Amino acid sequence: MSTLAKAVAHMRSSKTVMMSGGTLCAIALVALIGPWVSPNDYMTTDFDRLLHSPTFNSMSLFGTDDLGRDLFVRTMLGVQVTLVVAIVASVVSLVIGVLYGATAGYVGGRVDAVMMRFVDTLYAMPFIFFVILLLVVFEQNFLLIFVAIGAVNWLDMARIVRGQTLSLREREFVDAARLIGVSTPRIIIRHIAPNLLGVVIVYVTLTIPQAILIESFLSFLGLGIQEPQTSLGNLVSGGVLQIENASWMLLIPATLLAVILLCFNFLGDGMRDVFDARRSR
Amino acid sequence: MSLLEINGLSIRYADIDVVSGLSFAVDTSESVGLVGESGSGKTQTALAILGLLPRTATVSGSITLDGQEIVGADDGAMNALRAERVGIVFQDPMQALNPYIPIGDQLRRILIQHGIANGSDADQRVMHMLHRVGLPDPARQFRAYAHQLSGGMRQRAMIASALVASPDLLIADEPTTALDVTVQAQILDLLERIRDDTALLLITHDLAIVAGHCERMLVLQDGKLIEEGKTRKLFSAPVAAHTRAMIEAAPRVDTAASPQPVGGEPLLDIDNVSVSFQERGRQLQLHAVQDIDLELRAGETVAVVGESVSGKSTLARSVVGLISMRTGRVVFCGKDIEGPVQSRAIETRRDLQLVFQDPAGSLDPQMRVERIVAEPLAVHAPDLDAEARKARVVSMLERVGLSDEFMPRFPHELSGGQAQRIAIARALIVNPKVLVCDEAVAALDGSVRRQILALLRKEQQQTGLAIIFISHDLAVVRSISHRVLVVYLGRLVELADCEHMFIQPRHPYTRALLDAVPVPDPLAPGGRLSVKGEVPSILEPPSGCAFHPRCGFVHARCKTELPRPRTVGGTRVACHRAEEI
Repeated sequence: MSTLAKAVAHMRSSKTVMMSGGTLCAIALVALIGPWVSPNDYMTTDFDRLLHSPTFNSMSLFGTDDLGRDLFVRTMLGVQVTLVVAIVASVVSLVIGVLYGATAGYVGGRVDAVMMRFVDTLYAMPFIFFVILLLVVFEQNFLLIFVAIGAVNWLDMARIVRGQTLSLREREFVDAARLIGVSTPRIIIRHIAPNLLGVVIVYVTLTIPQAILIESFLSFLGLGIQEPQTSLGNLVSGGVLQIENASWMLLIPATLLAVILLCFNFLGDGMRDVFDARRSR
Repeated sequence: MSLLEINGLSIRYADIDVVSGLSFAVDTSESVGLVGESGSGKTQTALAILGLLPRTATVSGSITLDGQEIVGADDGAMNALRAERVGIVFQDPMQALNPYIPIGDQLRRILIQHGIANGSDADQRVMHMLHRVGLPDPARQFRAYAHQLSGGMRQRAMIASALVASPDLLIADEPTTALDVTVQAQILDLLERIRDDTALLLITHDLAIVAGHCERMLVLQDGKLIEEGKTRKLFSAPVAAHTRAMIEAAPRVDTAASPQPVGGEPLLDIDNVSVSFQERGRQLQLHAVQDIDLELRAGETVAVVGESVSGKSTLARSVVGLISMRTGRVVFCGKDIEGPVQSRAIETRRDLQLVFQDPAGSLDPQMRVERIVAEPLAVHAPDLDAEARKARVVSMLERVGLSDEFMPRFPHELSGGQAQRIAIARALIVNPKVLVCDEAVAALDGSVRRQILALLRKEQQQTGLAIIFISHDLAVVRSISHRVLVVYLGRLVELADCEHMFIQPRHPYTRALLDAVPVPDPLAPGGRLSVKGEVPSILEPPSGCAFHPRCGFVHARCKTELPRPRTVGGTRVACHRAEEI
């Protein structure tokens, strides 16, 4: 069995991982297929059907919003956008963070000090200010959200990876590789990186909910995804305005958001157990 | 009725039996050795007697201490029992002593907790105890924290805390395994002298310690008692095959035959090498290795021997290039080698290999055995195709006594001995000329150690491999090396042919080391206490000869003048009085 196959086998035996992973897959699948199957689309307004409550009539499962748009399709679109933003942003932070952290940790010395002080400086920047700055300088677009979220998350990743690398670098198997004659980049790729894998995978599953929260927060403030596109954060913020006459507009996207967040958190915890178990075995 | 009676004790974790059906007894004021290799269940037994097993353990059977049942007793009853009735000395006193509470306080709390003494009476008793275990200046040690004491002093404090409430039974679990051999002799002697009527249950993997210090011994294997009896009788006529194998595998410093010296041109010439480190943020220089000369010929094994902080590992690491702060020359195959390993020529990196102490730590946990062993080939023989590479790996595994079944395994699926074989296979697959073994057998059990040593000897005979064998274990050194270099605080003390040195040591330190090594023979147990004190701090080494504060032959001259290595009777020795010894 390969390392990955073994990890998968362990994940299979973990209830938390299977349950939360399964739920997430189901949500993602429905979100992907739903808008395609539904007769409605996400931006057509229908002023005869404002704030209709959920019904099976014409597949308006989640009802309509204050502009008469079909909420099922919009919610599914919101899930899509939210998941994509979160995953892409996490991958961005993963790539930058791992490369940056592993380099700083392995090279060490002055390079490490300079690189990590740069991270500290970025940490000190107020995040919202940073995002507004970006929004002012650049055109508001989808890409910007990734950049904004990734720019925050990679800092944590870089710190964690650096710490791990520092301790890995002192391990004897790295010394052994140096003695054999393995080159430095090869040591980082073949010895350091695979041993970081466990920590990094766990950490990524835990940063995804963080990214979702940031995106929802930005959208809630009106800085994130722009109409007629939508995200769960947007939908929640729209729902809050109609809480008295159309509670479903808030409850449905908020519940979905909560379920997705919980699932990712459980998945992260489960993954940590899986990788711990593998290590001690 | 005996003091401690164990009947049918079994300890299980999940579905693994670590101890099964164990029965034995310890009488009042008796000393009993509990011997076994790692995983034999010795420590689990000790913890069971103290009621300290984790909750995940399932314990059955009966343990009675003076008629009182321990299995299933609640915490309150056990707390009353511990310290007052049974004391324990662990292997690592640094972990067993609380780092935030002064030593004296820790001992006093025991007395107060058990209502034995209070106030100044308690202080008095603690002071008296600290004095008895040989802590110099008890009044000062009373207020000292664990980290302020040396390893040996810490273990003395631990013994004091175990005995302060005068228990009936003292359990010592590998009490000297973490200590230098000269300190080991002191601690064992102390245990013997101080326990009075307290019975001693000495748990160890080292038969030699039992031979010298226990009247009776018990041999454990895989959680079962396989043999018990008087120590003398058991050594002279062991019944169980495992006991016999253990006794035969135990290396002896007093009789083992060393290989004959070899001649020829030096392959590796270490010339006046020093290694020093700058303490961070301080002006202090740490001289880890100073002015070491050593030549190594093809087919020869040179042992580098010393206690902790002798600089033996630093020397090895600087030679292979893991440490680059070095002065002096190292000539290898006629070429100067210097700088860190990355900057060295590819042939040098191929011809000079190292095997580490901890076999598991030196193998990448994410790699399979096949890839680990093949990795050097990827660097040094890149044009080999996959098929040929695999064939090389298979034949290499056979050379170290493993089959190709091991190829898909991960390091955590190997035993300690198997992992060390893999580490050796990785070092030897590119056919190096010199192999540096840094305490390569120190972490292994007796029988496995013997197999690994035999493997190294076989490789040497077949390929003319030269070996630098770093070790603190003189008994092992005697059986494998042609010549021995003894170092103390980074300096050469003695360099001689192995056989010669063991028969006629020229330096008081060498002699003290040889005397201190226990011998697995109850009739000639060795382990004599022949040197006082411990290795001093390397940051503030003594003036003149670094060994003079501990030396029995000390002269006025030794305190001021550093003895230079000179040749006395065929031995390089650094002592002003070498002729008289």
